[in-house]
Amino acid sequence: MADTKNIVLAGFGGQGILFAGKVMAYTGLMEGKQVSWLPSYGPEMRGGTANCSVCISDEPIASPVVINPNILIAMNLPSYQKFIDAVPAGGKVFLDSSLIDVKCERTDIDVYYVPATELSNSENLQSLANIILLGKVLKETQFASYEGVKKGIGKCVSARKAHLLDANIRAIDLGMTL
Amino acid sequence: MAEKVLMKGNEAIAEAAIRAGCRHFFGYPITPQTEISAYLSKKMPKIGGTFLQAESEVAAINMVLGAASCGVRAMTSSSSPGISLKTEGISYIAGSDVPCVVVNVQRGGPGLGSIQPAQSDYWQATKALGHGDFHVLVYAPSSVQEMVDYVYEAFDKAEQYRMPAMILSDGVLGQMMEPVEFTDPVIHPHDKSWATTGHENKRAHNVVNSLYLTPQELEDLVHQRFERYKIVEKNEPKAEEYLTEDADIVLVAYGATARIAKAAVNQAREIGIKAGLIRPITLWPFPKASFEKAAEHAKKFLCVEMSMGQMVEDVTLAIHSSKPVAFFGRTGGVIPAPSEVFEAIKKHTGGAE
Repeated sequence: MADTKNIVLAGFGGQGILFAGKVMAYTGLMEGKQVSWLPSYGPEMRGGTANCSVCISDEPIASPVVINPNILIAMNLPSYQKFIDAVPAGGKVFLDSSLIDVKCERTDIDVYYVPATELSNSENLQSLANIILLGKVLKETQFASYEGVKKGIGKCVSARKAHLLDANIRAIDLGMTL
Repeated sequence: MAEKVLMKGNEAIAEAAIRAGCRHFFGYPITPQTEISAYLSKKMPKIGGTFLQAESEVAAINMVLGAASCGVRAMTSSSSPGISLKTEGISYIAGSDVPCVVVNVQRGGPGLGSIQPAQSDYWQATKALGHGDFHVLVYAPSSVQEMVDYVYEAFDKAEQYRMPAMILSDGVLGQMMEPVEFTDPVIHPHDKSWATTGHENKRAHNVVNSLYLTPQELEDLVHQRFERYKIVEKNEPKAEEYLTEDADIVLVAYGATARIAKAAVNQAREIGIKAGLIRPITLWPFPKASFEKAAEHAKKFLCVEMSMGQMVEDVTLAIHSSKPVAFFGRTGGVIPAPSEVFEAIKKHTGGAE
């Protein structure tokens, strides 16, 4: 089987779930991989939770719908509860432990507890908890190179928000130290 | 080579339409196709084009009829329930012999159905996209890149044959982002001497019309139209054939489902099942030749769709009922998993050899 990263990112609307997913997909693209990004667009989005599926692979992406994510990034409790059992053995799970007060009981997966929202406030990286988490994901999964992620961020931060580019990179750096 | 960018399927359709020279878009919002309208509402005013959000789908398709009658490239887009509303206008456009492009980003039905992806408008698109004796060209892209490629082709072929062309997409392809590259479309100069562009008293005036009160006149015209359809059926069928040469079981799937079916075919091959895939790219004209060829050695066909099996009859007809045609599908907005399709292959072949 090809080395395929099947990723689900999930949380509240406004946490930058879709943005973080787009950074991952663009990073894959910059590194010459096959990628896809698929957002939830149903009523759950209107209810305040957002999630997206990202696939990064050496081979063409069959289904952009990720049913069993080998990488899960959860930024609120409902998202954690919804997806945790779908993670296959050997999967890696990243939680914003500032917002999700649980200890995962599964022993066949690696769970990383990252106080991303607290850190984003204390480190003057407001609204970048998603990217701090992404830094940690990068460190633990090597889904791409550091330079690739920097390029990916560069593609996703619009010209209008170019002043936020440095903060995004700092958030990645911070996540990688955790 | 142009740089690859990451884009939603819906946005890619919109950008492709602009690049294909479409400057007249008439829409009405509906999930999951609204990004087409949103994108064009931003871009069209900047390039001197017309973006108009009509008061209804019926109004929008009739504006397309008006614009297309003037010989310009016009487009509208919607999703399943909205397409039902447009069918009257599409019939008028076909009956007036003017070209246009209609995009259907399918969702579950019938009725308001669901807003999740489906392929349950196959019958509507290929058999009866309105009343009367007519066909429309139906393209079924399977990736965001193909959304671009077939929007280019749809505009070109619609003009060549003076008939509506449909892009039959679905909620997965519309909403997903994938890398896409915009090459420049080849825009062939097609005869538009029929267009109502103002005659300035220098020629007889052109009439674009679909009403004929003399039956014989209408019958003759319909016959002429069907002569043209024969040429379309000869020249325009398109399909991708994947591992069909030695296949015992040939899967048949189009659009987003074809990607899932292809993964299942690969999985089946790994355990020694000789599976293959025919992916119709044009749904009308249906790519019959690919099926006739595969039927020479295949033992069975397996249609995989996000519907209750609307394509099964076309496959059965294409192979002259010579082999069994089985079906696996999900509907109502449910997307089949590759593993489910793999299980269906195993079930229909009796497992590995």
